[in-house]
Amino acid sequence: MNIIKTNRTRSLRARSMAEGAMRIVFIAAACACILCVALICAFLLANGVPAIAKIGPLSFLTGTRWKPGQNIYGTAPMIIGSLYVTAGAVAVGVPIGVLTAMYLARFAGRRSYRVISPVVSLMAGIPSVVYGFFGMVALVPIVRAWFGGGKSVLTAALLLGVMILPTVIRVSEAAIRAVPDHYYEGALALGASHERGVFFVVLPAAKSGVMAAVVLGIGRAIGETMAVIMVAGNQALIPHSILDGVRTLTANIALEMGYAADLHREALIGCAVVLFVFILLINLLLSAVQRRRA
Amino acid sequence: MSVMNASNKSKRRVDWVSLLLRALVYAAAAATTLSALGMIGFILVKGVPHITAPLFAWRYTSDNVSLTPALINTALMTALALAIAAPLGILSAVYLAEYARRGNRLVKVIRMASETLAGVPSIVFGLFGFLFFVIALKWGLSMLAGGFTLAIMILPLIMRTAEEAMLAVPDLYREGSFGLGAGRLRTVFRIVLPAASPGILAGIILSIGRVIGESAALILTAGTAAKSSASLMKSGRTMAVHMYALSNEGLHIDETYATAVVLIVLVALINALSSWAAKRAEAAMTGGADE
Repeated sequence: MNIIKTNRTRSLRARSMAEGAMRIVFIAAACACILCVALICAFLLANGVPAIAKIGPLSFLTGTRWKPGQNIYGTAPMIIGSLYVTAGAVAVGVPIGVLTAMYLARFAGRRSYRVISPVVSLMAGIPSVVYGFFGMVALVPIVRAWFGGGKSVLTAALLLGVMILPTVIRVSEAAIRAVPDHYYEGALALGASHERGVFFVVLPAAKSGVMAAVVLGIGRAIGETMAVIMVAGNQALIPHSILDGVRTLTANIALEMGYAADLHREALIGCAVVLFVFILLINLLLSAVQRRRA
Repeated sequence: MSVMNASNKSKRRVDWVSLLLRALVYAAAAATTLSALGMIGFILVKGVPHITAPLFAWRYTSDNVSLTPALINTALMTALALAIAAPLGILSAVYLAEYARRGNRLVKVIRMASETLAGVPSIVFGLFGFLFFVIALKWGLSMLAGGFTLAIMILPLIMRTAEEAMLAVPDLYREGSFGLGAGRLRTVFRIVLPAASPGILAGIILSIGRVIGESAALILTAGTAAKSSASLMKSGRTMAVHMYALSNEGLHIDETYATAVVLIVLVALINALSSWAAKRAEAAMTGGADE
């Protein structure tokens, strides 16, 4: 009896030790992503901020000339370029995406849903280089023939608009589906048609989820690199019309990082800091939107 | 009767607003589908005729622009990134789903970090990988640096999907396990993880898709060497980077189309696998809840 008891307490102690040890392992693993974010912030800030200080924050952010050869680093063309292209992508992608989400959630029959839903998933999986290549060989000639400016803000906005579709569709579809059925039924009972019920009752009820979809789409558009490089022309100049070429912050980094040195390299990291700030703002916006939903 | 019906019909005006709204919705769905199918169809039509034996030659030369080395590098890169991110992501998900108490401050910080990580553009990951792995750790442009960078990139995706899969496991399972005298650890490894494995698998397959499609982060960390890399410390390009390099050179447009076809087929396979796994996960969970 006694022996059994000591054996049992020993095994219990071993077990609780294993429990404790593994608990620490789990916590350590979970902290890895905190470490990653901290490292990314530290490396970007440590390399980028001194460069911005050296160039002068004002001339770095508002300078309109980017001439690494002459040590002139004004990022205004790229910041404005990123904003233009992102705004264009939102203008193209959000209406189509939200309407498609409404179709999938409330209009599609079982059979058409089975066709369109996998297509949307496939769109989400297609690599951005494939989009970029398609844009280069198909979209650029079409835009040139119809409007005159082949590699331009317009082309990049169209392509990015298509690229953010799956994000916008999936998130807003989930939001529209999450609206309780009695909202829609109430609308019908008051005499609304199916369409009016979906547009004027269900959609407003799903507003914050749809907003989250838009914000996520913005995040994808502003961060996209390769596809934009292949269709936007990449001139480091402020575009004066939507048919002018444009260079985004992301393109600037990807194009020049390979051969940049010294202050040039640090100025590019400064560009990444600006991009990172944009992303943090977008994340803040997203969590504000989501908090309103809760 | 029929007269009444007719008078009803004539009284009812056509609701133009509803018609317009319906037209808008259908047009948008058509635009989405057509843009996707148009792009895929265009690439298939232009690319499939150029899928030839030399394109799959074992060795890359600037004449045959073979994609086999890139394919091997892609498999290697995927394995490397997963070997790092999958254990880390699943273990963190165990903490979040099974151990952490609600409202824990550490959990809030972890969630904020993983959400931030999920939103970071791939070029920023690339830049960080370049500064940290390539330069600070002196690994050079290498498969290893690329693998670590991509591991950080897919970590939040694996964490989130694994956590969701574990939260979907009914509490009955855990209670049954505790009731039989199993501890928390044994419950996690013997009961929760096996039950959640199809969902975890779906997340892992999704992240394989992200690794295959990534190019911006890899150009800065793994470089663009066209040969199959002999060691992890050598540079090597994956399929997506290979394709970017080809289209950038612009000398082998036909082969670029063919490479794009191979990429699309890969992604379609991954998607099919992932939805199959997700369906299995759903079936497992609903089957369990019935009991």
